[in-house]
Amino acid sequence: MLELALFYLAAGISLVSTILAVTRVNATHALIYLIISLLASAIIFYLVGAPFAAVLEVVIYAGAIMVLFVFVIMMLNLSPAGEAIEHRWLQPRMWIIPALFCTLLLAEITYMLSRGDNLLMGHMVGPKAVGLELFGPYVLAVEIASMLLLAGLVGAFHLGRRYLTELREETS
Amino acid sequence: MPGWLIYFIIFGTIFGAFGGAAVLIWFERRLLGIWQDRLGPNRVGPLGIGLALADVIKLFAKEDWVPPFADKFVFVFAPTAIVMAMLLGFAVVPFAPGIHVIDLNIALLFFMGMTSLAVYSVMLGGLASNNKYALLGGLRSAAQMVSYEVFMGLSLMGVVMLTGSFSLVDIVNTQAEKGWFVFSQFFGFVAFMMAGIAESHRLPFDLPEAEHELVAGFHTEYSGMKFGMFMVGEYLGLILISSMICTIFFGGWLGPDFLPPIFWFTIKTFVFICFFILLRAAIPRPRYDQLMIFGWQYLLPLTLINLLVTGAVVLWL
Repeated sequence: MLELALFYLAAGISLVSTILAVTRVNATHALIYLIISLLASAIIFYLVGAPFAAVLEVVIYAGAIMVLFVFVIMMLNLSPAGEAIEHRWLQPRMWIIPALFCTLLLAEITYMLSRGDNLLMGHMVGPKAVGLELFGPYVLAVEIASMLLLAGLVGAFHLGRRYLTELREETS
Repeated sequence: MPGWLIYFIIFGTIFGAFGGAAVLIWFERRLLGIWQDRLGPNRVGPLGIGLALADVIKLFAKEDWVPPFADKFVFVFAPTAIVMAMLLGFAVVPFAPGIHVIDLNIALLFFMGMTSLAVYSVMLGGLASNNKYALLGGLRSAAQMVSYEVFMGLSLMGVVMLTGSFSLVDIVNTQAEKGWFVFSQFFGFVAFMMAGIAESHRLPFDLPEAEHELVAGFHTEYSGMKFGMFMVGEYLGLILISSMICTIFFGGWLGPDFLPPIFWFTIKTFVFICFFILLRAAIPRPRYDQLMIFGWQYLLPLTLINLLVTGAVVLWL
């Protein structure tokens, strides 16, 4: 019973903060709501018995990816003029297609929940189980992801290096 | 464990951490004074310890000003984030056998998550102040902390391999059998300590607030208790990192029997706090690009090789 109450609380927070994240015109505020929404989904992961996924959600999404988003916003120096532009962009007709997709998802999840299968509070999946799966049957996916990351790293290094050498030639 | 005991431990942890942070205001200046051949604050109360109280009163009584050009919502939210994240980090620290708030099987990752959330405080504080110096401080902190988080995580993975668990209680119990991890994971310890200083943005790695070039960095516009929250958060981070080093690499509560385990934990943590203060007194601040180059060109290969060797040893020995 307590688990259900906690779940609905976290789900409610996640829902409201996601809606706020979409509707805010100030980019910083929108990002803070998005971070709160990610933290709420981490709690939901923990409640359904996936503590490893929960903590990854915090470390990677909330702790690293969103930090980069905030970093970009800092570089862009958004001003009140930017907020005015956002106001113009957020027209009601922009909402038609996203609202349609959301309705479909809502119908889907209502159907799943109404079937009454025990979807919530599954069995506990510890970090060891996740690791064994990742480096067992899914090792190919892990390797492909690591190659992708390596390519990104080398690319970023190449771009940064060219800029640095140009800078050195200019100064010398 | 009876119900009241867990509440006792929770409140003990919170008050211990806050009390420690308050006393550190005085203790740090006193130690710095001794190491720099001067007296330090010694006027208020015995040995000057009343300075902590006087400082707290001063912070509460100061005008709490929100600049009109700042983003008010984010400006007020930012200082609370670091205190909350650091206090939550204390939840997984095992002080002695049975004396811990919670023994998670993901404790180490939880700690990393909390330190990574503490970054927001500095970044959002710098962004919301709407001030050039604060913004530069925030930008630096973002790059510095995201980079050093990588090495922090990698440096701990060797310990996790040797233990076979993310739980801090298991890590300490393994050290009772295998000896302290500072010997078998020396490079992991070095990398973790440097990453720890960078994460809690203490001197010498306090580039986000480098006062010789950025006025006061991300907290330039903060005053009164909001500034105090940043300071408390920094001291909480210092205590948290010290207790983590003690738990992960120096055997936590383990020690000879003539003192109870919690004393060993406190003594070891205290030694590391003193060591961090000594670093502040002894080492000059590096330039910002030197800090980043050092991280990516030396710490990253070091931790990766450490990981590789540890993996090989665990597999074949």
